[in-house]
Amino acid sequence: MILDGLSSLLIGFTNFQWSHGVMIVVGCALLYLGIKKDMEPLLLVPIGFGALLVNIPMSGLMDEGGLLRHFYEAGVLTEIFPCLIFIGIGAMTDFGPLLENPRILLLGGAGQFGIFLTLLLALALGFSQTEAVAIGIIGACDGPTSIYVTSKYAPHMLGAVSVAAYCYMSMVPIIQPPIMRALTSKEERQIVMKYEKKTVPPAVKIIFPIAVTLVTCLIAPMGTPLMGTLMLGNLLRESGVTDRLVKASQNEIANIVTLLLGISIGATMSGPLFLKTETLMVLGLGLVAISLDTAMGIFLAKIMKVLSGGKVNPLIGAAGISAFPMSARVVQAEGQKANKKNYLLMHAMGANTGGQIGSVLAASVMLSLLKGMGIV
Amino acid sequence: MQNLEFGLTLTVLGMGGTLLILYLIGLVVDGLKKAFLQREKGAKG
Repeated sequence: MILDGLSSLLIGFTNFQWSHGVMIVVGCALLYLGIKKDMEPLLLVPIGFGALLVNIPMSGLMDEGGLLRHFYEAGVLTEIFPCLIFIGIGAMTDFGPLLENPRILLLGGAGQFGIFLTLLLALALGFSQTEAVAIGIIGACDGPTSIYVTSKYAPHMLGAVSVAAYCYMSMVPIIQPPIMRALTSKEERQIVMKYEKKTVPPAVKIIFPIAVTLVTCLIAPMGTPLMGTLMLGNLLRESGVTDRLVKASQNEIANIVTLLLGISIGATMSGPLFLKTETLMVLGLGLVAISLDTAMGIFLAKIMKVLSGGKVNPLIGAAGISAFPMSARVVQAEGQKANKKNYLLMHAMGANTGGQIGSVLAASVMLSLLKGMGIV
Repeated sequence: MQNLEFGLTLTVLGMGGTLLILYLIGLVVDGLKKAFLQREKGAKG
């Protein structure tokens, strides 16, 4: 009897596998990055702790009826968490710089090339079609979109894709500058872009989320949950009559969902399921995706530079991704390194918010195409 | 071959569709700005 009792206190150790140990180290590394290096701490801390919890053998957290399994099934598999986060993002985003110069939206489109080029690469490496879609979507540089698409079409890859998406997003200040310097000349980086604040009528700011929803969702209806919630959040913000809902979306809802989403993603990182060659390939391809996004954004900005007679600084193309506002800040910093009088921030902010719309749009178009092609 | 066809179709239509829709949104925003700025000018005048 006493021995039975004692052995029950040892089952955590007797069922411990090397892969659990590795993933506990990975969980601690994510906690370190979040806490010590301040890299996306709101997500990496719950993800890291979730990874710790799920790798404690016999804890039952992800078994049928387990606590984290409830969170995962209720919020991730149903796609509720990413959509709720989008309401918060919409409520936090000021599309003003973009509305001042709507042509800059195209840079937000070019910043999505990485999604499709990485998808091709993943297919060439032998991933299935739906897996390749999930890997490519890391190039959206957009956590909720990546989670939404992956949970729908390749849920077994959710941990790897989410960790890649959030880690690389937080590493934008490290990943982008070398690519920006390699693809632009010093003369190009020195181009001063004048900024004149243009008036945007308040009515346009209110109509914008409604118009974007109608245009994008009618063409690519499969992305309506994503674009609809993003634009709902923005409409709440711009309408000026729903202060309480805006505050709740920006704070309580976004915070609670971020916590539950983070811990649910961490819970998918169980050692025996996560430690595969496939995971390393996903992480590698994610880095390729974000690098290609940056490169293609710069190339389009170079074309704009030629068409505008040299008035556009190609650096702002790098901000056409969804990592907001890090990417815009990186562009500003690189511009100032080349020319101290250069002030690219507002132009880059416009491209960056365009990247937010572009990433959701690219995912929406892709989902609708998949549906049309009968893949899903 | 099937994968290549799938990938290329998705890339061409996906990227083309994304850029086209963004261009359309840009046109809509430009149109809205012009319409409302004129209205504001009209109201002031």
